[in-house]
Amino acid sequence: MIDPQLRELYQEVILDHNKSPRNFKKLETANRTAEGYNPLCGDKINIFLDVEDDVVKDISFQGSGCAISKASASLMSTIIKGKSVEEAKKLFEKFHDLITGKLDENISIEELGKLAVLSGVKEFPMRVKCASLAWHTMLTALKNESKTATTE
Amino acid sequence: MIVKPEPAVQETNNIYDVYRIREDFPILKTKVRNKPLVYFDNAATTQKPQQVIDTLSKYYNSMNANIHRGVHYLSNIATDAYEDARIKVKNFINAASEKEIIFTKGTTESINLVANSFGKSNLKEGDEIIISNMEHHSNIVPWQLICNEKKAKLKIIPIDDNGEIIFDEFVKLISDKTKLISIVYISNSLGTINPVKDIIEIAHKYDIPVLLDAAQTVNHKTVDVQKLDCDFLAFSGHKLYGPTGIGVLYGKEKFLEAMPPFMGGGDMIAKVTFEETTYNELPYKFEAGTSNIADAIGLGSAIDYITSIGMEKIFVHEASLLEYATQKLEEVPGLKIIGTAKQKSAVISFVFDNIHPHDVGTFLDFEGVAVRTGHHCTQPVMQRYNIPATSRASFGLYNTTEEIDTLADSLKRIVEVF
Repeated sequence: MIDPQLRELYQEVILDHNKSPRNFKKLETANRTAEGYNPLCGDKINIFLDVEDDVVKDISFQGSGCAISKASASLMSTIIKGKSVEEAKKLFEKFHDLITGKLDENISIEELGKLAVLSGVKEFPMRVKCASLAWHTMLTALKNESKTATTE
Repeated sequence: MIVKPEPAVQETNNIYDVYRIREDFPILKTKVRNKPLVYFDNAATTQKPQQVIDTLSKYYNSMNANIHRGVHYLSNIATDAYEDARIKVKNFINAASEKEIIFTKGTTESINLVANSFGKSNLKEGDEIIISNMEHHSNIVPWQLICNEKKAKLKIIPIDDNGEIIFDEFVKLISDKTKLISIVYISNSLGTINPVKDIIEIAHKYDIPVLLDAAQTVNHKTVDVQKLDCDFLAFSGHKLYGPTGIGVLYGKEKFLEAMPPFMGGGDMIAKVTFEETTYNELPYKFEAGTSNIADAIGLGSAIDYITSIGMEKIFVHEASLLEYATQKLEEVPGLKIIGTAKQKSAVISFVFDNIHPHDVGTFLDFEGVAVRTGHHCTQPVMQRYNIPATSRASFGLYNTTEEIDTLADSLKRIVEVF
């Protein structure tokens, strides 16, 4: 019944993460936080990071947004945990290439793991900001800048 | 010379033939992914009938020239057509004189004009402007700017859970410091039709002028500025089935006469020397620079179109669409309508607990249904209801109950997916 292109965007994994987001809480041990805001749609997200020795020991998020932005934040939280700051930054570059259709899928999609389910976003330029809000906010938190990240 | 569009509807009887009317709007034949377009984003902008499109084309094909002071043929017919459009606007809202009709680029500019001209010359420290909780940003920010400059205060009329202003609270806000009340006639995000006549009556007891933001009103119901006795009224052409980039500020002559110009430039002057400039008479004092001639004439054509159908008939048709859609949408599991005022225009904002408006918007787009999702430039309304955004279906004179069925059926399928 659902259009295949739409199904590609709203895969089961995304709907699942939307319904039951992982690491959706305030992190008491957080030593870096940032708030992200998409002024176009009012999506808001708070990212909490526990970073020690340049490694993301723990991560959580809170906020409200569409299924794409919520699932993206949830997936990001599961994949970033345990990664070094440098790895996290590189992963975002790859992820951004994926959702903007710049990634050569044959070469590097494996490295993105579960994040690959968001590849459908590339067909929806209006939704790229939804998928990237959590990542922008996470990077702001990593820099420990106590300002609001936006997708603009 | 007067640009006369073809009559929109050959009325042979009293029936509102929506299918016949749809034929006037070429864009309604658009297919979205092989599905017929269902255009429910009329509160953002309305589509244009062929009559308006033809008028624009005719203007550029055979009439284009700069207006006023021209001695040549084209300048004269362009001037006549432009001034004729002003008379059409005057008649449309029943203003006392065409001097009271100022062409702007839209509602936003109209409100900014009053804020800057009236505000600058009448506000002093400690004075107050009253607006409501359901204003569009264009009726908030201009007042904030001028209030900041003048150290004046903005007072906000609260709204209740249904999206109606709390009238007693409004009355309490009035004081001897109140210099102007600027309020939306029909809310773009809630659909509420405000009791503007009562508001104006009370305001005038205290000699306070009232500005009405009628952007969402002139396309839905008859507006008679003399009956309402409003002091200013602002609206846009593009929400009235006319072109973008053209709007109107109506102002009572006594206020406009007393107000200083908003912008300086050509056409708004009587005599210029380096020592002193005297201003042109109304309405030209407020129309600096070359006006948007073509689109003003296009707006005149849109008014002809609407008038030929009949505003009362449009109102009845849209009221039936609202009633039908409200009932249909209430049948969708989990859907909650935001804005349930007793007096409502054909706008329905809605939310789901577990489905974000953006996801709703994307799914509907795949069904060919165009709705708007977001805060609708009314963030204080979203804050009032503690929601980030809504989906909004807004209806126009060409919408049908079948299209509403498509919306309701699509929404039911979306609920199943999430």
